[in-house]
Amino acid sequence: MRREIPLIITGIVGVGFVIQYFIPHAPFSYMSDWFSDWFSIVGACAIVLGALNLMKMSAQKVIRKKKDWGYALVIIASFLLIVIIGLSEGKDFRVPGTRFDWLYNYMYIPLSATMFAILAFFVASASYRAFRARNFEATLLLVAAFFVMLGRVPVGDVLSGFMPEGWRLSDLASWVMNYPQSAGQRAIMIGIGLGIVSTSLRVILGIERSHIGGGK
Amino acid sequence: MSTKAKEILAITIIVIFCLIFYIRKVNGGEGILFSSLVAWLVIGAMVLSLVWILILTIRGRLISRRVVFIYVGIALALPLFMPFTQRIPISPEVRALYNSVETLKPGSKVLISFDFDPPSAPELQPMAESFIRLCFERDLKVIIMGLWPQGPQQANMALEKVLSDEKMKVKNLQYGEDYVNLGFQTGNEFVIQRMGSSFESMFPTDYRGTAYDSLPLVRNVKNFSNIDYSFNLSAGFPGSVEWVQIAVDRYGVQLGLGNTAVQAPQMYTYLNAGQITGILGGMNGGAEFEFLCKYKGKATKFMLSQSFAHMIVIAFIIIGNVAFFLGGRKSALKKS
Repeated sequence: MRREIPLIITGIVGVGFVIQYFIPHAPFSYMSDWFSDWFSIVGACAIVLGALNLMKMSAQKVIRKKKDWGYALVIIASFLLIVIIGLSEGKDFRVPGTRFDWLYNYMYIPLSATMFAILAFFVASASYRAFRARNFEATLLLVAAFFVMLGRVPVGDVLSGFMPEGWRLSDLASWVMNYPQSAGQRAIMIGIGLGIVSTSLRVILGIERSHIGGGK
Repeated sequence: MSTKAKEILAITIIVIFCLIFYIRKVNGGEGILFSSLVAWLVIGAMVLSLVWILILTIRGRLISRRVVFIYVGIALALPLFMPFTQRIPISPEVRALYNSVETLKPGSKVLISFDFDPPSAPELQPMAESFIRLCFERDLKVIIMGLWPQGPQQANMALEKVLSDEKMKVKNLQYGEDYVNLGFQTGNEFVIQRMGSSFESMFPTDYRGTAYDSLPLVRNVKNFSNIDYSFNLSAGFPGSVEWVQIAVDRYGVQLGLGNTAVQAPQMYTYLNAGQITGILGGMNGGAEFEFLCKYKGKATKFMLSQSFAHMIVIAFIIIGNVAFFLGGRKSALKKS
């Protein structure tokens, strides 16, 4: 029964979700609202659970002096700092001018923006070392990237200003984005959609049981 | 000189530069701007050094990745001091979004969802600022929310900046009447779904803890049918895809998108299918929108840096491929 009950709940909720989507009238519309509220509640609990889990993992790393335990110590200290300051500010902790707001503006924003900005350097380095015209497909990708990268910034039109209207780099970039790129994206999205449908059906029908901790 | 010493030297130089600029800013000094001659000399020096790298590469000496990093850093930083301006071509998707806002009558209610956090702010924050500015200029009512915890805080920053403008101060915009920040709600796409029947159930209070019913702007907003236009600023999940699939497809919301450059390509499928009114893609989209709004914000200012960075990346791709073809495919592949 320990496995059957979760499977029954999953099946009922799954079928309920499908019905409420296609029949948005009472009583199914109430069901939709009910599920949404429950999802929000579970989501809120998951945030707390995630934070506590992060603390547990980091604390274990520090206590056992595992590799790079110093970083785990920084995580714990930062977490506690933000939580204590946030709680001490009361319900207005996010209002501009508070200490929490100061931490957000002058520590969190610059640090996270720096981490993301590093991506530009790695993209450039990876392009230099790996973006090669090895075969026809790679050459096609390279040519498309060339047009899109130049066409998506104003300098593209400066460089191709001598070309007639409609043939400049920005126009070519727009064409690539609207036609070949869109077609590829659509194919991928349809594939993902079909994959989601088949996986969902497997879960609803109880064929896929990995989410309850068992094998097949 | 050892690699460690080089790294320390580079960091020291960067810190000294940062300190100089910070002290100048604190003392109210004007921004440093190169003369056109200096700017062209800098560009010339960069081009010549790239040619030298190309020659080295052809001779079989691939440069280290640190050199690539330095070039990207220079390409991003130096254009900020250059006096050049670029004509920004307006793409159809940006113009379409602008036109859709232009057609709204004064007093129309616009819902803006801030679904991003600080890492994506350089791309999305300028869009947020120019969009809110346009709404206020056209006397539209702005309702803000967020599916990401940091979203409403980013919204506050954008509001603060827009409201500090002299043109906006004249309008005497009031919180709760002209704009409202409903804050963050957990639940991802289910928040959008629940908003289809009741906004209040998802946002019983606003960002400041004021009860939903006490806010004149949203008191009569029951669900999406009371919203005239929606704008989603998204950097991933939950975001634009969920807004299109639920708010647009299920509840018929009129939606415009502001996306990071990475996410934008996926949204073109929705644009071509007519599910969204327009897209602002990446910083370039933000700059185009600023141009249409006749406002020179951060996106416009940083476009020169982005242009240079794109050209540097393309230059390195070309150099890498020249090495690949001239230096022998196998040896080039092995070295890379």
